[in-house]
Amino acid sequence: MQGLVPTATDGNMATEFHNLQELRHSASLANKVFIQRDYSEGTTCKFQTKFPSELESRIERTLFEDTVKTLNNYYAEAEKIGGQSYLEGCLACATAYLIFLCMETRYEKVLKKIAKYIQEQNEKIYAPRGLLITDPIERGMRVIEISIYEDRGSSGSSSGSSSVSGSTAR
Amino acid sequence: MSAVMITRKVRKWEKLPGKNTFCCDGRVMMARQKGVFYLTLFLIVGTCSLFFAFECPYLAVHLSPAIPVFAAVLFLFVMAMLLRTSFSDPGVLPRALPEEATFIEMEIEAANGNVPAGQRPPPRIRNVQINNQIVKLKYCYTCKIFRPPRASHCSICDNCVDRFDHHCPWVGNCVGKRNYRYFYLFTLSLSLLTIYIFTFDIVHVVMRSVDNGFLNTLKETPGTVLEVLVCFFTLWSVVGLTGFHTYLISLNQTTNEDIKGSWSGKNRIQNPYSHKNIIKNCCEVLCGPTYPSVLDRRGLMQEDSPVSTTCTAPPSSSSIAAPQTTVSTDTNAAPSSFTHTNSKVDQGCEAQNNEYRADIKESCNQLYRVLERRKNVCVKRRAISCVSTYCSCLYPFLIVQLNETAFLRSTNIYVISHLCSKPKKYLHILNNAVPKSLSSMLLTIIQTLQVVSVTLLRFL
Repeated sequence: MQGLVPTATDGNMATEFHNLQELRHSASLANKVFIQRDYSEGTTCKFQTKFPSELESRIERTLFEDTVKTLNNYYAEAEKIGGQSYLEGCLACATAYLIFLCMETRYEKVLKKIAKYIQEQNEKIYAPRGLLITDPIERGMRVIEISIYEDRGSSGSSSGSSSVSGSTAR
Repeated sequence: MSAVMITRKVRKWEKLPGKNTFCCDGRVMMARQKGVFYLTLFLIVGTCSLFFAFECPYLAVHLSPAIPVFAAVLFLFVMAMLLRTSFSDPGVLPRALPEEATFIEMEIEAANGNVPAGQRPPPRIRNVQINNQIVKLKYCYTCKIFRPPRASHCSICDNCVDRFDHHCPWVGNCVGKRNYRYFYLFTLSLSLLTIYIFTFDIVHVVMRSVDNGFLNTLKETPGTVLEVLVCFFTLWSVVGLTGFHTYLISLNQTTNEDIKGSWSGKNRIQNPYSHKNIIKNCCEVLCGPTYPSVLDRRGLMQEDSPVSTTCTAPPSSSSIAAPQTTVSTDTNAAPSSFTHTNSKVDQGCEAQNNEYRADIKESCNQLYRVLERRKNVCVKRRAISCVSTYCSCLYPFLIVQLNETAFLRSTNIYVISHLCSKPKKYLHILNNAVPKSLSSMLLTIIQTLQVVSVTLLRFL
């Protein structure tokens, strides 16, 4: 990932997108927050939407909750037991599961969508605030890891980031 | 004073902790002991080849050519299911990375508050509410995570497995969330295959005896006797196992939960995962989504290995090198602190060296604590695994799971109480832990085996 992502969105020229590589080199890791799983509805994959206190000064509550709710919806779609999953299961069983050598399962398709969504969220919302979301699949689907970075750069960049958080309205 | 670090790319499976063996560059994942799995393969392939060699030519001509064709299809399905069960990831949960482990420890300490010195801290348990029932999540000291509901730690493979059913030596792998349906289809199709071969053996012998006489038939096709013997003994065990698992699926339970008696008994909670409808339960287990593996076995990662170090390191660092190579898979934290200290030692003056010595000593202590715990587990496990192999040969449909069952818990309690000369209440604990659904015969067998295993423990 080289080069800055273009800045013009909704005509808001003050928004700066940090290149994520740049973020890793210029910032230092201060803390990590782990969003745990919510088991109230059984063993389906769902994460808690409780807003952690460490992020209070870094990001708005609504943005964070939106991200987690969208992720939960994606996982619910992947694990839904309905007509399509039965069909997939029966077809696979009839071919002794050899069909999975050529075909991608529905879960894998949804995982790709999730990876793209997280990448997009990181670029647009979290990296400008010095945060980074790690895909839960890299942590065994146990936690959503959010890394909090302290910008080692000049105070100008930190004031820039505070103006970013004020001006971006989604 | 230079340490040259060479960075090379390795596949992630080479660095995975746990006692699995990997083949085909990480594509195949199995347990360490594979002897019984080879026996299973040999029995299935051997019996089927005898069937195709001796019975099929006669039956194809005198009855129908569809018979060997159907047998071949069934045989291929059985092999596909067996290999799929044995070679796939059962749903292993990766261990917590150091930051996550620290985060969880901090949460636990905050929840426990101040424990007065000398008192044991309360057990690490988290209560969650699932479908209006309280379920306790236990903390796994090896993997440093709170286990998700229905997950359990397999001591043979040294991994936490999601929706852990049991560790099957016949299949050479754990049976968990990802490969339970393949395991069930394997036992079901193997039952059908066994019944099929047994039936057609009898038919073949009867038909041939009518023409040639019974003894001549046996002389012409000696394979039949062997097949009938193998099928007879396989029938009882495999059909019984299939029936047992069908019962479990209809109730949406795992073997582990059934043995521990998690959802049975009046005062216990009801199964919160069951849909209370047999069809729905079966559909969820057999036709549910195919979960992906969260262990990225074939991903690439960087590995830093020091090539030459000429440093004036304090003497304690050389003693660290030995434990590091043998137990590098035990803790995630310890090896990284060693390499960190090795590179730091190159610079610095005496004061810094003293600080690093303190670090090294602390890491050593941590490592020796882990080794102590592991040593005890290894010794016990060896003894009990002898006993369980014997048990599983005799009663293949009753594979007793070793980790965390009433069996191991009460054995631990017996050994500890014996050492502390406290009254031995283990039999009462065992009686309470085993569910009422098991017959008293099984209870007697388990008690006998327990005494035998404890006796073995004393000599090891």
